[in-house]
Amino acid sequence: MTRDSNRMDGRRQWLRWALIGPYAWLLLFFLAPFFIILKISLADPVVALPPFTALFDWTATGWNKIQASLDNYLFLFQDPYYITIYLNSVKMAAISAGLCLLLGYPMAYFIARQPPRLRSMLLLAVILPFWISFLLRVYAWIGLLNNNGVINNLLQWLGLIDQPLALIYNDFAVYLGIVYSYLPFMILPLYANLEKLDPDLEEAAADLGARRWQVFVDVTLPLSLPGIIAGSLLVFIPAIGEFIIPALLGGSDTLMIGRALWDEFFINRDWPVASAVSVVLLLILVLPMMWFQKVQNRQ
Amino acid sequence: MNQSPGHKSPIGPDSSEHHRLQGEPWRDASQRPFVEIRGLTKRFGDVTAVDNAHLDIYRGELFSILGGSGSGKSTLLRMLAGFEQPSSGSILIDGVDMTAVPPYERPVNMMFQSYALFPHMSVEQNIGYGLKKEKKSATEISERVNQLLSLVKMEGKAKRKPHQLSGGEQQRVALARALIKRPKLLLLDEPLAALDKKLREHTQFELMSLQDELGITFIVVTHDQEEAMTLSTRIAVMNNGHFEQVGTPAEVYEYPVNRFVADFVGNINFFKARVTSLAPGEVHLHSQDLAQDLVVRCDKQVEVGAERWIAVRPEKIFISKEVPVRENLTVLKGLVHDLGYFGNLSVYRVALENGSMLQVSGQNRQRSATKTLEWDDDVFVSWDTASAILLDE
Repeated sequence: MTRDSNRMDGRRQWLRWALIGPYAWLLLFFLAPFFIILKISLADPVVALPPFTALFDWTATGWNKIQASLDNYLFLFQDPYYITIYLNSVKMAAISAGLCLLLGYPMAYFIARQPPRLRSMLLLAVILPFWISFLLRVYAWIGLLNNNGVINNLLQWLGLIDQPLALIYNDFAVYLGIVYSYLPFMILPLYANLEKLDPDLEEAAADLGARRWQVFVDVTLPLSLPGIIAGSLLVFIPAIGEFIIPALLGGSDTLMIGRALWDEFFINRDWPVASAVSVVLLLILVLPMMWFQKVQNRQ
Repeated sequence: MNQSPGHKSPIGPDSSEHHRLQGEPWRDASQRPFVEIRGLTKRFGDVTAVDNAHLDIYRGELFSILGGSGSGKSTLLRMLAGFEQPSSGSILIDGVDMTAVPPYERPVNMMFQSYALFPHMSVEQNIGYGLKKEKKSATEISERVNQLLSLVKMEGKAKRKPHQLSGGEQQRVALARALIKRPKLLLLDEPLAALDKKLREHTQFELMSLQDELGITFIVVTHDQEEAMTLSTRIAVMNNGHFEQVGTPAEVYEYPVNRFVADFVGNINFFKARVTSLAPGEVHLHSQDLAQDLVVRCDKQVEVGAERWIAVRPEKIFISKEVPVRENLTVLKGLVHDLGYFGNLSVYRVALENGSMLQVSGQNRQRSATKTLEWDDDVFVSWDTASAILLDE
């Protein structure tokens, strides 16, 4: 064997490990916890430690029976509370994604049309908030939106209102928090898409008689569709299971799945139902992600 | 294709508009130019891309704007299309000032260098886009699209997407799309740059016959002097935002006004010379570069003692082993330093006795596998005294 082929072999060996690494990581830290949750969701709650029944009944000769039931899932689909909460979470996540799109598209388009040096500075400004903890940033909104927070105080001082506005502990504050937090996830994929769009195409449309809005509808919008889908999913998926924002900014009537999950785990201590809630949530999210994959592959 | 003048072309403008170029309107002061560029200037910050440019283009011309990158030729084209606003000056098309007219309302269409075909639309949707924006009926659009598809010989590929086409096919679709609105003026930005050499030559002639058939005025922007020479009725050589020379290909090639034009269009030899005396129709000079007295036959007004550039094109120079015995020749001695065989012609680099180099090209008229001249052969190079160009300044 020559030295060259030896080196090739070494490289292949190295490549194999480089590929196995990430898969092993995913297997260990994503798939394993998922199966644990799945297992718990099939059990019954008990007052014990851990607070659920074992799936396998172990005896001296090995396990002899499996205790599994779909009762928890049946419960979720029969309880109108959970159906409402799922629908409401989907609705709030979808509206938030829509608002992010309305705000983020013009921003992404504007950045993509700047000279390259200014572009990178503006992009940096978009991701700058990530340098501060997400929790802190959401917390800061309480100080802004409170009854005697910055905004209400300012408006009262200006004499525009007599009574403080109800800016916090309602759905409005949750939408505000989600849009604020997830806007960069909309802007970045849109920017990546719009930056690649050849300006010649827009000029060609104008040359052939299209007005500005027609250029947008006929050329810019259809060609940026992959960016729109990517950005919308990047907002929708984390927003649907969001816990911190509804917990800190939402009212007691803000129904979102993240909070229900928390309550089920830590207040009711009903781990099996809580696990079933998160498994169903995962299924709800897998569908749009699979669709996105399909769209991406088609590109 | 034979058409009587005024014959209504199914593709081009209406018969009243149809205008094939007749004669040389730029020599006729009574003719109104179709495109008038008046003192046009465009500044980007401190950079002046187009600097007080004046130009007249006549109906039916295939006019080329020739220049290197950064010469301002693309900016000029973009101002004609309406994508850039002039900093000062104006553009008139058919007598109408275009300054305030947006691109979507100009009687002008453009073929982009990148072709700019809409990737999400099929060939027929691309071609029909201009008419769709005019709110034409579906039957009218499909009729015109079919006409244009057959004009550019793309009938079978109406449903394809642009990425399924070859470069040459994309070019045809881009051309058809730009022609569908029957523009009075078609702008072509480096129309052949993206094609390979063989296809370029073929497309070049197709473009010329198409232009002649349709009677539409074409303005072509190009950096390729060969392309400009073969295509055009006239050429404007552009440099640093202004026109160095405007003229027919032969005028620009044989009578360049300055060193830039002489150098940019074709190959040429330059040497410096000082005017020693004048005779009717002749200028006598002494060249330090060649260490030689020489004569240039021309009617230029020069003063004795003036320092000028003399230019001679390689194909105007004869090369031989024997002393040439014709009248009115400038003869120099040298030896073959380098030679390149191109099949139809050979190019020689001849080292003169004082060490300077001269490029000479000769047709290979005799069919022969052995070279008539070899490296280091002693040769005489000569040119007709009327072939040398005395450049201004």
